[in-house]
Amino acid sequence: MKKLLLGDHAVAQGAYEAGVKVAAAYPGTPSTEITEYLSTFNDIYSEWSVNEKVAMEVGIGASMAGGRALVSMKHVGLNVAADPLFTYAYTGVNAGLVIAVADDPGMHSSQNEQDSRFYGLSAHIPMLEPSDSQEAKDFTKFAFELSEKYDTPVFIRLTTRIAHSRSFVEISKRQEIEFDYKQDIAKFVMVPANARKRHVKVEERERRLASDVNSFDINRIENGKNKIGIICAGAVYQYVKEALPDYPVFKLGFVYPLPVEKLREFASNCDDLIVIEELEPYIENALKSNGISVRGKELTGLQGELSSEKIKEIILGYKVISGKEELPARPPVMCAGCTHRGIYYVINKLKLNAAGDIGCYSLGCNEPLNAMHSLICMGAAIANTHGMEKAKGKDFSKKNIAVIGDSTFVHSGITGLINAVYNRSNITILILDNSTTGMTGHQPHPGTGKTIKNEQTHTLDFEALVRACGVNNVSVIDPYDLDMTESVIKEHIVKDGVSVIIARRPCILLDKTAKFDVAEIDNCRKCGMCLKLGCPAIRKNKDGSVAVDSTLCTACMLCEKVCKFASVKKVGDAK
Amino acid sequence: MNINILIVGVGGQGTLLASKILGNYATLINKDCKLSEVHGMSQRGGSVVTYVRISDKVYSPLIDKKNADVILAFEELEALRWADYIKDGGMIIINKQNLYPMPVITGKVDYPADIYERVGGYGAQIRNIDALEIAMKLGDLRTVNVAVLGFCAVLLKFDREKFKEAIKNSVPASTFDINLRAFEEGEKRA
Ligand code: SF4
Ligand code: SF4
Repeated sequence: MKKLLLGDHAVAQGAYEAGVKVAAAYPGTPSTEITEYLSTFNDIYSEWSVNEKVAMEVGIGASMAGGRALVSMKHVGLNVAADPLFTYAYTGVNAGLVIAVADDPGMHSSQNEQDSRFYGLSAHIPMLEPSDSQEAKDFTKFAFELSEKYDTPVFIRLTTRIAHSRSFVEISKRQEIEFDYKQDIAKFVMVPANARKRHVKVEERERRLASDVNSFDINRIENGKNKIGIICAGAVYQYVKEALPDYPVFKLGFVYPLPVEKLREFASNCDDLIVIEELEPYIENALKSNGISVRGKELTGLQGELSSEKIKEIILGYKVISGKEELPARPPVMCAGCTHRGIYYVINKLKLNAAGDIGCYSLGCNEPLNAMHSLICMGAAIANTHGMEKAKGKDFSKKNIAVIGDSTFVHSGITGLINAVYNRSNITILILDNSTTGMTGHQPHPGTGKTIKNEQTHTLDFEALVRACGVNNVSVIDPYDLDMTESVIKEHIVKDGVSVIIARRPCILLDKTAKFDVAEIDNCRKCGMCLKLGCPAIRKNKDGSVAVDSTLCTACMLCEKVCKFASVKKVGDAK
Repeated sequence: MNINILIVGVGGQGTLLASKILGNYATLINKDCKLSEVHGMSQRGGSVVTYVRISDKVYSPLIDKKNADVILAFEELEALRWADYIKDGGMIIINKQNLYPMPVITGKVDYPADIYERVGGYGAQIRNIDALEIAMKLGDLRTVNVAVLGFCAVLLKFDREKFKEAIKNSVPASTFDINLRAFEEGEKRA
C-alpha cells in the first residue's frame, strides 16, 4: 500500500516498521510530527520529554535495556541533547538507537541555521540523509540495522524541505525485535578507566565503517552525458535532478562518514566536480582534505535554502525572475485574542526591558509591540536576566523582566530559576502560562496534566514548584486583566530577591470548537490606542478610524480596555 | 495530468488542508505527487505558500518562478505577492478576502488598492470567488479552503467523484458533511 506521507511521518513509519519500542522528543519545528505520528501507534511507548537532553537519556535507557529507540529533535535541540549523546557514542548500543535531527536552512522557524552534519563528525556517529519520504522511511529502518551492526547510535538528518514535504511511501508490516538486557559495566559505565578503552573501540568502528561505506548502495552514482559531476544529498538531490538532468550525479545517502574512495572514483571520470550543499561547506571541505579537488560554496554561498531555480542560476547562468512587487510585508503575528498580547502592551507601557525566550510570545518583539529585547535559546530568559542584574546591579534590574512560556520554563527555565535564587538574584520573572506548547502546534507538557496520548497525568503545580525553589514573592494574574497585570508587575519589580508572576490563561486556539462573540467599534475618535495592541483583527480605515474584522476577532476585549472613549463594545452574535 | 499548483494565503487560512486534499486526489488518479508545507511560527498569520506538484515523476517539492500552472490565492494581497510564479497563460484563482498585515494595521503602509490590475500584468487568466461569504453562510469559517477547491475543481475539470473522495480521506469524519457543502457551493460559483 502506498501513502502520501510527510518526511517526518515517514521517519516515524520506518521506526514503527523497525519495531521501535520507545520514542522520545521535545517538540520543535520541523521535527515535531515524527513523535506525533508515532504516538498514534498503540504498540510503541512515546512521550514528550521535558527537553531534548532528557529525551536522549530516555532513548539511551531504552536502547541499553534492549528496545529499539528513536529520539527526535530540531537542530538546536541537538545542542541540548549533545552531552549524553557524545558518551553513548563511546559505549555503543544494545538495541539500536536512532536520532532524527531536522535542520532548518532558511530559518523558517528557528533562531539560527546551524548545520547538524558536524555533529556526526565530532561525535563519531554515522549520519544518513534521505531525499524524499520513501528514503526517509527506508533509511530509518536501515539506520537501526547499522546501529546494531556497528554498535553505535545513528543519525537520520532531515531538513525542513524533507521533513515538511509529502511524497509517496510504500507501507510494510512491523517487525518485532527485542534484545536481552545484559549488565556490562565495562561497556556502559563511562568512568575514565572504562571510557579510555571504549575510545579505542570507537576508532576501530569508525575505520571499519569508513571503509564499508564505499560499498553501501545508498550512496549511488547516476550517470549523465555532461562532463561536470555533481555531488549532493538530501533535498538538494531533487533540485539537481530537476535543474541538471544531463549531469552525472553522486547521490550520497551517508553524509558521515563519506564514501571517500567511491567519490574519488567518481571524480576520476569527471572533468570538473561541483558539490552542491546547503549551509556549511561540509562535504566540500571533507573532499578537499582528502585531496579531491571540487568547487562548492564559492558558487552556492552559505545562506538559506537552495532550489532547482537557484541551481540553474548558479550552474547554467539562468536569470532568475525576481519579484518586482513592492508590497507590505506580512510577518507572523500573535493570533487575535492571544493571551500574550496584553502582557507586552503593559511591558511597553511601563517601559521595561524584557529578556525573552522561544515560543509564540517571541513574536512580541515585532511591531507595534516591540516589547521583547533579547532571545537566545530555549530557557535562556531567566539566566540572561540574572546575568544582567549581576553586571548592572539591583536598580537596573528594576526595569528588567524575564519573559518565558510555560513549556519553555519546564524545558530549561527551571534550572535558571534555581540558579537565580541560589545566587541571590534580584530579578522578576513572568511565566506566560497558556497551558500548552503553542508555537509547535499545541503539544501538552507536564503543566497541562496530559500526556502525548491525551491521557490524564499529574499536573505540575507551578506556584508550589516556584515556591519550593525558594521564591517567596509569587503572584498569579489573568493576562486579559490589564489593570491587574500592570499593578502586579509594578509591585514585584521593585522588590528585592527573585519574584515570579504567573500570567495564566489558556491559548485562545486550544479549544478549536469554541464560538466567539466579537467586538464592535462605534464612534471611533481616531486616537489609535487600540492599534498599539497589534491585534490582527483591528483594521485602520482610510479616514483614520478603526474597525474590527469580525471574522478574526475573539472578543478578548483588550481593545475595549485600552480605548479611552468607550468606543468598543462586545456584540453577542457568537460565530 | 501534469500540474503545478501554488496555494498562497495567510497562516491559519487552511492552505495546508487544501494541499492535502489535492495530494489525496493525486493518489486517487495514480499520479506521483509532492507537497511542500508550512508549519510552525510562520503559520501564525504570516504569508504562507504551499506547493503541490502532480505528475508522472516529481523531483523537487518546490515550484520555480513562472512555473505554476495555477495559483490558488486565499487572500488578495497574497495573490499579488506570489504572482511571479505563474506561467504565461496560467490561471490565478483569487478568494475575495482582505486580511491586513501588521504594517497596514499600524498605518505604516497602505493595503494596495490596485491588486487586480497588477496581478493582471502577469498574463494569467484571473478568476474570482467569494469563499468567505460561502463559509459564513454555512456557519463555519474554516470551510473557506474547501469552497475555493470546489471552484477550482470545476475550472480545472477534476474528476468530481474522485475529488469528493479525496476530501473524505482528508478531513475528520465529523466535518465531512459541512466540507462537502462548502465544496458544492464553490462548484456552483464556477
Ligand atoms: S497559538 Fe496561542 S499562544 Fe500562539 S500566538 Fe496564537 S493565541 Fe498566542
Ligand atoms: S476584542 Fe479587540 S483586541 Fe480582542 S481580538 Fe477582538 S479586535 Fe482584537
